[in-house]
Amino acid sequence: MSRPVAKDARNLALILLFMPFALWILLLIVLPHIGMFVLSLKEKVAPRVYEYGFDNYINFAQEPIYWNTLLRTGTVSLLVTFLALLIGFPVAYYIAKIAGKRTKGALFLLCLIPLWVSDLIRAFGWILLLRETGVISSALQASGIINTPIEMLYNDATVVMGLVYTVVLFMIVPLVSTLDGMNDEMIEAGYNLGGNGFTVLRRIIIPYAMPGIVAGCIVVFMLSAGSYLTPILLGGKNSSWFTEQIYDQFISRYNWESGAAFGFVLLLFTSIVVWLGLKLSGQTLSSTVAKS
Amino acid sequence: MNTSNTVSDLACSQISKCFGSVQAVDSVSFDIPPGSFFSILGPSGCGKTTLMRMIAGFESPDNGDIHIKGSSVLRIPPNRRNVKMVFQHLALFPMMNVYDNIAYGLRCNGSSRSDINKKVHEVLERIALPDVANREIHQLSGGQKQRIAIARCMVLDPDVLLLDEPLGALDLKLREAMKIELKLLQHQFNTTFVYITHDQSEALVMSDHVAVMNEGRFEQIGTPQNLYHHPKSAFVAGFVGDSNQWSGKVIERTSESITVACGAGFDAQSFATDMTSAGIGDHASVYVRPEHIQVELANTDPTVRVNTVNSIVGHIDSLLFNGANSRVLVRDQLGELIEADITLTGSHDDPKPGDAVTLSWAPARSLCF
Repeated sequence: MSRPVAKDARNLALILLFMPFALWILLLIVLPHIGMFVLSLKEKVAPRVYEYGFDNYINFAQEPIYWNTLLRTGTVSLLVTFLALLIGFPVAYYIAKIAGKRTKGALFLLCLIPLWVSDLIRAFGWILLLRETGVISSALQASGIINTPIEMLYNDATVVMGLVYTVVLFMIVPLVSTLDGMNDEMIEAGYNLGGNGFTVLRRIIIPYAMPGIVAGCIVVFMLSAGSYLTPILLGGKNSSWFTEQIYDQFISRYNWESGAAFGFVLLLFTSIVVWLGLKLSGQTLSSTVAKS
Repeated sequence: MNTSNTVSDLACSQISKCFGSVQAVDSVSFDIPPGSFFSILGPSGCGKTTLMRMIAGFESPDNGDIHIKGSSVLRIPPNRRNVKMVFQHLALFPMMNVYDNIAYGLRCNGSSRSDINKKVHEVLERIALPDVANREIHQLSGGQKQRIAIARCMVLDPDVLLLDEPLGALDLKLREAMKIELKLLQHQFNTTFVYITHDQSEALVMSDHVAVMNEGRFEQIGTPQNLYHHPKSAFVAGFVGDSNQWSGKVIERTSESITVACGAGFDAQSFATDMTSAGIGDHASVYVRPEHIQVELANTDPTVRVNTVNSIVGHIDSLLFNGANSRVLVRDQLGELIEADITLTGSHDDPKPGDAVTLSWAPARSLCF
């Protein structure tokens, strides 16, 4: 008698615990996406008259400015991902393998501190530094290196730099946790068996850290391609970021159907890039992002 | 120790290493003849791993010199020393299969593809695992991993192979089997093995020579028999093999013997050796191995003592049955437990817990420091 009751209670507990997560996924992720997808298939033919079809997607394909922006966003995001890896790897390696136990915690905390400030404030920080009348320009003028003020905002390099700055942390965290799990003996064995620093890095450390590298790259690429604030504030009108196009469709043009279609195009595009990345690196989602 | 006139494979002279205020290794010198199995035995934290890491090149000694095949290696980085190491957790590369693990070192030294292929298969034959080349590391058993780790080093034909407690992670049964196997592999490859362990039975079973290390120093170097039967210090006597230990004051000292009053109602007499410098009145420790103690059932009243030299009366506390290696724990009048080996035949004459017994041993069988 008591056993089925206990089992029911356990099931109920499981259902109750699982409920917030299930509701969150269903109400905030699945339903809106279904709604958006339906919306993206609609086309206005007359006021309050809609037809279903792929016209929004065809429009996207026919207008070079749209898919050029998308490709540009993808390319720049890949560059950002690569730079974040290049900067993040040595930092993560230092934190995980070289720093002492106590320094490790302190350094990790230092990496997290920027997250305590909102994205917007951090972007304004960069603006303060880089604008024509900003700190760097004035300092250079005062020291006599340059005569006229220079504008360091609103170019691609600034956008890339700003994005790398925002996302590099999300590269460092998974890298630190994979490198932390690597036994130092492994590196020493690499040297002991005759490898030099480069061989050990290429044949042992990087292959071992691959799940962390791929996980970091996926997160960073997704964040970068989907970011809005940094490209707009640091890149201005020239940034031509794809999220800006989506924003335009929704807000400026009030063309929700087309905006929804753009959103799906972006989702599809980033998913394909991630899938390609996984295929090329020989990893799977479960071995990287979903690794406990 | 180095009796032949060939150059020893590995020789250390006066090496020392400090970590802050801790003297990890304190002027250690030794010399290992070619093709022998040399063990460094010591409790954890005695500096044996530091010593090994200095030989491999991961640490540099503060003082002293390390010679491999006669030439100093202090200035040679770890990846160019011809000393290979089997790590405590083996450190096989999990992202490579068995073939690539073994081929790694050969690729590092730039061997040709056909050469690598030949050597890898040769070494796999030698360790009797010819078919595992394409297995992943996680598909191997503990013993197989062990052998692959050794093969990965041996394929490079090192002058010296260092082994840092590689049997520690294995279960008891496998550890016993691997002990014999390691010894056989060493014979087969005929390379000098330097084996680090805290397990005295591993060291005694496998080694040609054992160095007992304590607090950064070598207490004694010798053959396993030598260490067991003629320990030169109290530490070696206590650490190698099992011993009963008593301490007390020296009450008599002649040129042949030394007698210590042990407080537990008996005096212990040992033959004097040059290791004991204690004079009358000095503090001394006496060590007697369980197998040297004779156990006799005492039928008489235990308070009547015939002889108090090297003889103790007590009651059996418990019997530790282990086939031919059975022991008896005897509680003496002070309540201390004494271990002695006995033969349990399974008949009714066997001693039982609670029986009064007399323990005795020959003066030649006890050691005094």
